[in-house]
Amino acid sequence: MNWSRKWINPVLDKEFRLRMRTPRSAFSLLAYILVLGLIALGFIYITLYLGNQGNQPFNSSAGRMMFYVLSFAQLILIAFMAPALTAGVISGEREKQTLSMLLTTQQSSATIILSKLFSSLSFMTLIIVATLPIYSIVFLYGGISLKQMIFIFLFYLFVMLLLGALGVLFSTLFKRTMISVIVTYGVGLCIFLLTGILYLFAMSIVQRSYYSGPPTTGTTYSWVGYILGLNPAGALISLFEPSFSKQAFLLQNGNLSSDAPIQLWQEFVLVYSVVIIAALWISIRRIRPVARRKHSHPENGLPGVKTSTGAHS
Amino acid sequence: MIDIQHLSKRYGNFDALKDINLFIPEGTVFGFVGPNGAGKSTTMSILATLMLPTSGVAKVDGFDVTQHPKEVRKRIGYMPDFFGVYDQLKTTEYLHFYGASYNIPRSEREQLIPQLLELVNLSDKSDVYVDGLSRGMKQRLCLARCLIHDPKVLILDEPASGLDPRARIEMREILKELKQMGKTIIISSHILPELAEMVDEIGVIEHGEMVAQGRVSDIQARLRVKKVLHIRVMDREEELAARLQDEAMVSAVLSDNTGIHVHFSGGDVEQVQLLQNIISWGYAVISYHEAQTNLEDVFLEITKGGAAV
Repeated sequence: MNWSRKWINPVLDKEFRLRMRTPRSAFSLLAYILVLGLIALGFIYITLYLGNQGNQPFNSSAGRMMFYVLSFAQLILIAFMAPALTAGVISGEREKQTLSMLLTTQQSSATIILSKLFSSLSFMTLIIVATLPIYSIVFLYGGISLKQMIFIFLFYLFVMLLLGALGVLFSTLFKRTMISVIVTYGVGLCIFLLTGILYLFAMSIVQRSYYSGPPTTGTTYSWVGYILGLNPAGALISLFEPSFSKQAFLLQNGNLSSDAPIQLWQEFVLVYSVVIIAALWISIRRIRPVARRKHSHPENGLPGVKTSTGAHS
Repeated sequence: MIDIQHLSKRYGNFDALKDINLFIPEGTVFGFVGPNGAGKSTTMSILATLMLPTSGVAKVDGFDVTQHPKEVRKRIGYMPDFFGVYDQLKTTEYLHFYGASYNIPRSEREQLIPQLLELVNLSDKSDVYVDGLSRGMKQRLCLARCLIHDPKVLILDEPASGLDPRARIEMREILKELKQMGKTIIISSHILPELAEMVDEIGVIEHGEMVAQGRVSDIQARLRVKKVLHIRVMDREEELAARLQDEAMVSAVLSDNTGIHVHFSGGDVEQVQLLQNIISWGYAVISYHEAQTNLEDVFLEITKGGAAV
């Protein structure tokens, strides 16, 4: 067990214990698998019995469609779950009045923040892994490669990391868990919905000006596609269908042979990696008060007057 | 050990601390007294590196709390006035968590934790979930947590608040033991009168200002300008009370079923003279003594009827 002592720091160890000792964790896992299982079974039922009057067998294209449906359902479930699991990690400790004692230990701010995030992500990963048997139904019918599946799961991890980092940030900034949860869901909603709506809106304007303006022979792709790259659903589809990125940037009747400037999922990962790093950096800076270093006055060599306006908890 | 110079803390327009100066030598038990909201907890939070001062310097064992917080944290054990516990952890797990958080190796913790539990009288609760402990037990467990890294300084913010008398006595006994161990303790508490014999110095803070500071006996002596004499006589008590009111150096006379309480501003000679007068008037005196003032009286006298402790 030496490896665990080496790699699992006290905060992580405590988080794991506390997380797995509450019945809520088991219930969340059960509820999640139930919802996703019902979606899978519902899809099979609709496809086999309602859509085709029971005549058509469930083939690989239906399997592919089911994979898409499950993947989207999973993405939405993650969007609901990640803020709930992370937006209270610091403010919850503050409300339970345990934070001040944790902050007076030798654990660094980075250890506390990253361990809290990692433990929440571990639990979410456990839930995602627990849904694998449901995905195995897809493999009965084929149409999906293992590589695609692995990519989708890595993408989920990234989305969880993004929402988790935002949850931890707001949990550090706001004293009340309730406010932190609301703000995290609000920002999540912007990432999931606002970017999509903004893309459709901007695209329709650009399309209109493209057709009403003089005919051009220049570029046929538009900057508007970048907006869709900020949307998790857009990025997810670009993982299913690599040609989707091209379509997102293209104006109608554009030249299909021209390449997209960047794959949507690549843009998603690049942009939000910066967001994740910024969110975690701010959280680490703000969890404890940080004093400015004293500067020596060259004239007299005395320490300068120190005034600090850092956060306090 | 603790050195505070010109410490101020301002929240918006409110001055929580105004130019506090304080020096607590090593091994001293310092009682911090003041009404709620006077600035005790703010001072303690700054010493515990949880809050930054607006100006001024606070040092623990020579380390500035804002410039070297990690070094300060190694040296202090902090118990906040209100604290929670991780209910889903067992008592030993709870201490292991904090021990590990102070980078104490597991083998060392295995030896240390039973000793700490014994010190706080929780040995029989080692395998119990923290959730199942009474408030007093949680308070003692929290004290054990403060001690796990053998800190030189203990910062205890109201360690006995909300405890029943028995639990208070237990806490007091533990604190006495800690004093014997040579710890420097800064303690704010409602039970200061009870702790009078173990507190070396007190500091009285009000509206963010230190209004009195020094050895308990010195402050008591300084305030004893007006003493209260307690007199019991065999009979004619009311008559004596009326007669005493006309005496010089007597500012007030109260009479109740325990006897006569005389507010007297004279010194020892005048006090003897008064007794001789009473006897010469023909009263049979059962007892004649100076009423003991305790820390609570001292505090109330200094803060002049401010909010209760």
